[in-house]
Amino acid sequence: MQSLVIVAHGSHLNPESSAPTYDHADTIRATGAFDEVRTGFWKEEPHFREVLRTVEGDEIYVVPLFVSEGYFTEQVIPRELRLAGWDVSEWDSDGLSADQATLIAEDIDREVHYCGPVGTHRAMTDVIVRRAESVTDDPDVGDGFGLAVVGHGTERNENSAKAIEYHADRIAERDRFDEVKALYMDEEPEVDDLPEHFESDDVVLVPLFIADGYHTQEDIPEDVGLCEDHTEGYDVPETVDGTRIWYAGAVGTEPLMADVVLERAADAGADLGTALDDVRETTRVATGD
Amino acid sequence: MADHTSATDEGEAGGDEAGDDGTATPEIDLPGEAFDAVLDALDDLDPGDPLRFEGFSVARDGEGAYALVENSPPKPLTERELHEALAERAPAVTDWYTFERVVGEFGPRRAFLRWIEDADGETVAARYAALAAGIERAWGELKITATVTDRGERRYDVRHADDAGVPVDELDAHEDPLDARELVTYDEKGRYRPLKTAPSLAGGWVFPDLGPRDLYETVETIYPATVANWHREREGELDVTHWRETMERQSGIYGVVKTWDRGEGYEHVNWVAEACCDDSQCLKRREWEYDDETDLDVDGGDGVFPCREPCSVVVSAARKWTRLESEQPRTYEFELTPSEKEQVEDIIDAVADGRTDEIREADTKEGANRYRARFLRAKLFDDEGNLGGVPTEPDEE
Repeated sequence: MQSLVIVAHGSHLNPESSAPTYDHADTIRATGAFDEVRTGFWKEEPHFREVLRTVEGDEIYVVPLFVSEGYFTEQVIPRELRLAGWDVSEWDSDGLSADQATLIAEDIDREVHYCGPVGTHRAMTDVIVRRAESVTDDPDVGDGFGLAVVGHGTERNENSAKAIEYHADRIAERDRFDEVKALYMDEEPEVDDLPEHFESDDVVLVPLFIADGYHTQEDIPEDVGLCEDHTEGYDVPETVDGTRIWYAGAVGTEPLMADVVLERAADAGADLGTALDDVRETTRVATGD
Repeated sequence: MADHTSATDEGEAGGDEAGDDGTATPEIDLPGEAFDAVLDALDDLDPGDPLRFEGFSVARDGEGAYALVENSPPKPLTERELHEALAERAPAVTDWYTFERVVGEFGPRRAFLRWIEDADGETVAARYAALAAGIERAWGELKITATVTDRGERRYDVRHADDAGVPVDELDAHEDPLDARELVTYDEKGRYRPLKTAPSLAGGWVFPDLGPRDLYETVETIYPATVANWHREREGELDVTHWRETMERQSGIYGVVKTWDRGEGYEHVNWVAEACCDDSQCLKRREWEYDDETDLDVDGGDGVFPCREPCSVVVSAARKWTRLESEQPRTYEFELTPSEKEQVEDIIDAVADGRTDEIREADTKEGANRYRARFLRAKLFDDEGNLGGVPTEPDEE
């Protein structure tokens, strides 16, 4: 019996934090690829500490719904899940290449496949592009458009910037958008000066965050100048210094994210049947015809 | 959708065996899938190995015949005769089928569903009679009512205990256990509930007709991991992690909690437990103490499901208190009338007990009445919001 466990941060203050986790779990559940799909959280219930004891399967895949490798994926989650003998060197990662480690979870005395975070998976690049499509409601968006991939920056975790650059570079290589830039909240180049970084009249701004919350709903819209005060709201697109900015909100809320969760589990050996194709089909942007 | 009242009616009208409470066992028709499951189970056993039901057993002889043993020498049977014999014993067979095939082996689910009808204590006859009338169980703020259909299938009604007795069509009815995620997100006032076991579950909804697995999923969605921990506790395997051990493993922004916890007594943890882990704040029964050897002085509560370590809400709050409790006390001097001092106490009480909404608009006898509080602020606060005009920091004078 094959089980998927999606682990995410959650929040004591904001119910939107766990909403994408539930949405992606539901999408995957509907494919039938797993006998059960469970969710566990750092700040909600079931907590990381207790989620595995609610899991029935003998093939268990744990996928962190986090943007980057670092404190949570390397310390907090393995500790709280009680992964015996966990050593980050099991991943042998350069900050982008964590794939999976098979370890005994002491809580249940069963083996689990602990996967790298969704944010650094190559399939995440497609989700960022899909986000641009969904916010512009144009499956062919690119020509005449710039794309800004925005991350938090290096305040506590240098891998956070690596993930942003990795995806921005991959999108740039596809020559789909006129310009692609990696921008940050807390380091140069800063998202505050977004129009200065682009020549294009239209720029899609995709924040590489899992859930909508303080940063994506308050900080970024105000810093970029989409609004004076986030409580007043803003339009999509909104023109700032002559540039039309198509603000996408957290990329993690894009339905195609379910695909990345599946890819992580598949890389760790899960048998998915046709689930990947099913998810790509059910989450695509309609042509609007 | 099964109709509970009809199951009850048939039970009372058609039964001929008496349960412990004198109610009759309902007539049960043996469903084809239950009989097929018996044949499959016998195929998986070696010839002669019995498949046990309550009160009798069945085996096959390896040559296409079956044997039924009930108090006496085996009775040889053809498959057709076996079907007749099992149909006559349909309560026991459907009970076996329910737990062995529908509910399955997963420990917490199986234990929970058996607990609901006391399957490890009562006979099939007594349970089916009780199920026909409806067995009620409380789980946190939930009321679960178990019934049985005339095919021996279990059906469950789950709702808020406050909605006991309300007709189903007056509540929002749900079928999908995952719908419960929406029901637990906000309290009656529309406020986000960060702690799912807080006693603030809103009512007005019902899952009127769940099967066993969906019942378990619904309960687990409303109160995550509570069945798993309750099950471990019943098995004598609940792994409790006490306060000190839990704080020792904190890191990052929570690592600071260790500085509040230097082994100089545990009064601060009593305060935490009194603040957060009281029945009025959380339905879990606190099983964690200060450490292996030191119990807290505060009662753990009466919840049916155990709390095995300080939760993330408690850890987050403890981080805040660590910072606040590192401050040195100062002496401030300002004047209050005796009634004003009592009023400050009333306000703290009302906020701490969540009673502010219950205090009537014009009830100025209540110290925590809003007009009283506004009067106190108007009279005693200066333009900077300082009580009695006394600055918080001495150098602000």
